[in-house]
Formats: sequence, C-alpha cells, structure tokens
Amino acid sequence: MMEKEKVIEVKELVKRFGSFVANDHLSFDVYKGEIFGFLGANGAGKTTAIRILCGLSRPSSGKVTVAGIDASRPEEIKKRIGYMSQRFSLYEDLTVSENIELYGGIYGMTMKEIRPRREQLLTRLSFIQQGDMLIKSLPLGLRQKLAFAVAVFHDPEIVFLDEPTSGVDPITRRQFWEMIYETASRGITVFVTTHYMDEAEYCDRITIMNEGKIVALDTPAALREKYGTQTIEELFVKIARPKTVTS
Amino acid sequence: MKRFMAFVKKEFLHIFRDYRTLIILFGIPAAQILIFGYAVRTDLTNAGIAILDNARDEVSAELTHKLEASEFFEVKYNLGSYEEIDPAFKQGKIKAAIIFPANLGTSLAREGNATVSIIADGSEPNTASLVTAYTTAIINDYSAQLTRQVSQGMPVINQEVRMYFNPNLESYYMFVPGVITLILILITALMTSVTIVREKEFGTMEVLLVSPLKPWQIIIGKVAPYFFLSLVNVIVILLMAWFVFGLPVKGSIALLIAETMLYILLGLSIGIFVSSSVQKMENAIFISFLALMLPSLLLSGFIFPIENMPKIYDYVSMILPPRWFVEIIRSIMIKGAGFAYIWKETLILVIMTVFFMALSARKFNVRLGEGEK
Repeated sequence: MMEKEKVIEVKELVKRFGSFVANDHLSFDVYKGEIFGFLGANGAGKTTAIRILCGLSRPSSGKVTVAGIDASRPEEIKKRIGYMSQRFSLYEDLTVSENIELYGGIYGMTMKEIRPRREQLLTRLSFIQQGDMLIKSLPLGLRQKLAFAVAVFHDPEIVFLDEPTSGVDPITRRQFWEMIYETASRGITVFVTTHYMDEAEYCDRITIMNEGKIVALDTPAALREKYGTQTIEELFVKIARPKTVTS
Repeated sequence: MKRFMAFVKKEFLHIFRDYRTLIILFGIPAAQILIFGYAVRTDLTNAGIAILDNARDEVSAELTHKLEASEFFEVKYNLGSYEEIDPAFKQGKIKAAIIFPANLGTSLAREGNATVSIIADGSEPNTASLVTAYTTAIINDYSAQLTRQVSQGMPVINQEVRMYFNPNLESYYMFVPGVITLILILITALMTSVTIVREKEFGTMEVLLVSPLKPWQIIIGKVAPYFFLSLVNVIVILLMAWFVFGLPVKGSIALLIAETMLYILLGLSIGIFVSSSVQKMENAIFISFLALMLPSLLLSGFIFPIENMPKIYDYVSMILPPRWFVEIIRSIMIKGAGFAYIWKETLILVIMTVFFMALSARKFNVRLGEGEK
C-alpha cells in the first residue's frame, strides 16, 4: 500500500462557513486505481469535501492536492477529473452521440479523438444501434450507465461519483458497479459517495464522516473486524450516529 | 476555444430541436406584427353610424353625404325617431348616432349657426372619442366651406394640419417599433433565464461547473445563440414591416442594428441576473413575465402615451429598458434621427447593461465561492 502512487492528498483540511465548521481537520490519501468510498449521514460534510476536491470550493485552511495539483489551481484540477452526480447529468433532448461529443469537446478532445472512442463505447455498452436516439427515449438504468461512461470518456485521472446509484434498480446497480471495477482496472481512481451500505463493501477502502470529522478509514474488512460488526451497515449505525444524547 | 465551441453547438442543438422555442422565437413576432398591424388599429375605418335626420333639407343631405363618402363611416341606419336610437346602439352595429335638428338649414341661414348632436357609444371610450373627433372634423370642414361661400372676400383662417413623420396616422408606425421592443426583451430576458435555470434544475449545471469550462464561458456560451437569433429576428421583423406595410427604416440601418445589439445585450444581462437569483424554471418565467413583460407593455409608452400618465408612472417607467429603446427605435425608424438625437437614451441603456452584468457577475462568483448547500 505504501508503494502506491497518491492521486489525492488531503492534510488538515478545514472548511468553515461563518462559525459553522463543515470539514474539521480532514486528512486522508487516495491511491491510484483505487475505489475509495466516502460515507456519512446527510450533513456530515461529504458534499463540502467533494466540492473542494473538484475545485468548486476553496479550503479555509489545510493542504489539498488532487492529481498532483494544489487546490489553489482549480482550473488545472478540473481538466484531470471526471464527475457524475446523483442528479442526472446528460441532456435529454440530445442524442447519445451528441452528448458524448459535447462532453468530449468540453474536455478538449478533438472529433478525431472522439469518434473511434465513441464507437468503442457504444459497442461496449451494446447499444451501437442507439447512437442516434435521444436520451429521453432511453430507460433510466441505461441513461445512468451512459452518464458514467461519459464521465470517464476523456480518461480522467480520478472520477468523482456523488451518489451515482440512488434511485436505480438493483440489477442496474450491479451492472453499474461492474463498470466501476472495469474503470478502476484501467487505472482511473474512483471516488464514490453512497447511501447504500452494501455498496460500501465493494470499495477498496472506505471513509466514514460524522459531523465534519473522519471517524473511520480503512478497508471494509478491517473496519468490520476492528468494531466487531457483521456488516458495514451495523458499523455505520454504531459510529456515525449523530450525537443526540450526550453520553 | 474548442471547448467553448462544443458547448455553443450544444446550445444551438437545444434550440433547434425544441420546436416550441422556435415558435416563440419566430412565430410569435411574426404573428404579433400582423395582429398589431392589421387587427389592432387605433385609426378608424368603416365605423357604423346611424343618422336621425329631422331636417331633411339641403344641408342635412349634404352632411350625410359627406359622412358617408368618407372612408371612416358607413351609414347603417336612417332612423325615423328618437326612440330608434337606443335599440340601434344595443344591436351593436353602430358606434355613433348623428342627429340633425329640424330647423338645420333655416337656422343656419338666418342665425348663422346650428347645432348637430353626436351621440357616441361610450362603452368603448377610445372608439367613441375617435368617432366624435372624426365627425366633428367633417362637420367643421363643411361649415368652413359654407363660411367661405357666404363671406366672399372676408379673411378666413384655414387650418392645414399635417402629421409629420406619419402623414396618414397609420398605427403600425407605432406598433412595429413597439413589437420589436417587446419581443426582444421577451426572447432575451425570458429565454436566457429559462435556459440557464433549466441547467440548474436538471443538475447539468453542476457537471458543467466541474468541467474545465470557466463560469463565464458557460454563461456566454448559453446566451450567445440567443444573441445571434435575436438579431436575425429583428431583421426578419424589419423586413416584414417593410414588405407587408411598406414601412422603411428612415434612419441609418447600421445605427439601428448597433442600438438593437445594445438592447439585446441588456436583455441578456437581465436574463442572466434573473437566472442567478432563482432555482426553478417556473420562477424564472414568472419573474420575467410579471416584472418585465407586463410593465413594459403598459408603461413603455408603446401603447399608452407616458405623457398622459400620472407623474408617478412616468418615474416608474424610467427604470424600464423598453421605454428608452422604444424611443430610440422610433426615432431611427420613423423620424430618421441620427445618434446625436438619441445619445441620452443610449447612455441609459449602456449604464443599465453594465449594472446588470456587474450584478450577475458578483452573484455568480459569490455562489461559486461559498456554495449553497
């Protein structure tokens, strides 16, 4: 593990909104080709952290490096990452091919580079026939898979997936995770947040956030062993429950 | 630049794929020009009138003939008594009744004056005042003729009225500039705010912000197609005005286009500002419509003259861009005025544009820096 190349380095990251501390001294590293799960209840500070990593927001203090670039240069970071959110991100009134060309173009690819890769991608997702179909005519599961394929179309170093599988049926979720594995095997680091605790088990390592702090970080197996729980879900309930009554 | 072009191309695809957008863009202006130009007339043609001729003499016959001969009136009824006036109005076919007194000819000859009564349908105040004005003019004209005949050699002052810039008082002289003004603010402010807010609502804005596109590139890329289409639109409207109504642009076309570009830019910056303030498309539509369209329609001076309004509305209308643009476009198109005559209005539009651009730029940056949610 120590020999691996770090693609994300976070040291003592603090993000404040007025007097509210959204991220309280976070420190973690993510390695190349890893599937890194980011868990936490709503309001735990996940979204804030992701926004900083994606270059949408600046840290109040601390050091953040993404793809070897400091967070003070978000424009450079943005060129090297991919992003997909839970909210659907393809244009419904454009065709499959047009969506691919748009995102390829935005990430600076030429049509010459886009064309062969597009064919390859359509074949791989086995909807070569559907290149000219409008997104809105595709079933939801297929759209979500396509959205992921588009997010990594330009071969980013890291792809950020913000609750990518919420609202998707179990079969599609399964296929979605197969795509995630396949992407990671191509050397693209996958940074994923999720609500589904069974999905946490699929990650190489997971981080659990609670009230702006990281409360656990390790492989799923190691964490289960450490806290003596059967599943990540149990573990999550045990350590990430917001303090309502002081003990 | 290549990234930017890919993005602009996508925006054009959106517009051309959605036929509703195209209808709003090109269908509505065309329809409005035709409707306003042909149907909504503030001038009078073939208004029905009734005549109650109690005199039945030479003078009343001649006046009736004059009224009938004018293109403004059509005599629908020759009434026999006062009792018939009310039903004639209720049937709705006439706008006015003209009553000649029994002694019209004789009293005119003997006393030198006589009274003709005009009863107009007050349920339509605008038409009523037009009808009375036109009738009075015809009668005056006739009595002036009489005076000349009677008082040979006596000095008489004749009035000769000429409507400068619009000799026939055609209403489309007013409506064409007005429609251009309204349509532009509709397309630019409403459509850009909706198109930007749509990206927010569908979550695609998030993806765009994470992409290497800079925020200003996203905004410019989104509004650039509308800038282009609005300009095409204005040219289409001008051509239509020219071919359908024979209304040419009197002043410099280059100046007109330049002023139009400025106005489009202002509309776009208002649209951007609205989009940065709301999260939902309905709100964007609501704000653009209620806060912009309605006041523009009512207070820009396009339909109702600002001079006739209470002073307070005059002040309110000053913050409305259409008020100034109507003035500019009317001056150039109808009066053929040069820049020297409209620099003040132009300056006001420039200031408004800068103001809204600065405001939205600030809002956009604040939103980015310390994100909501």
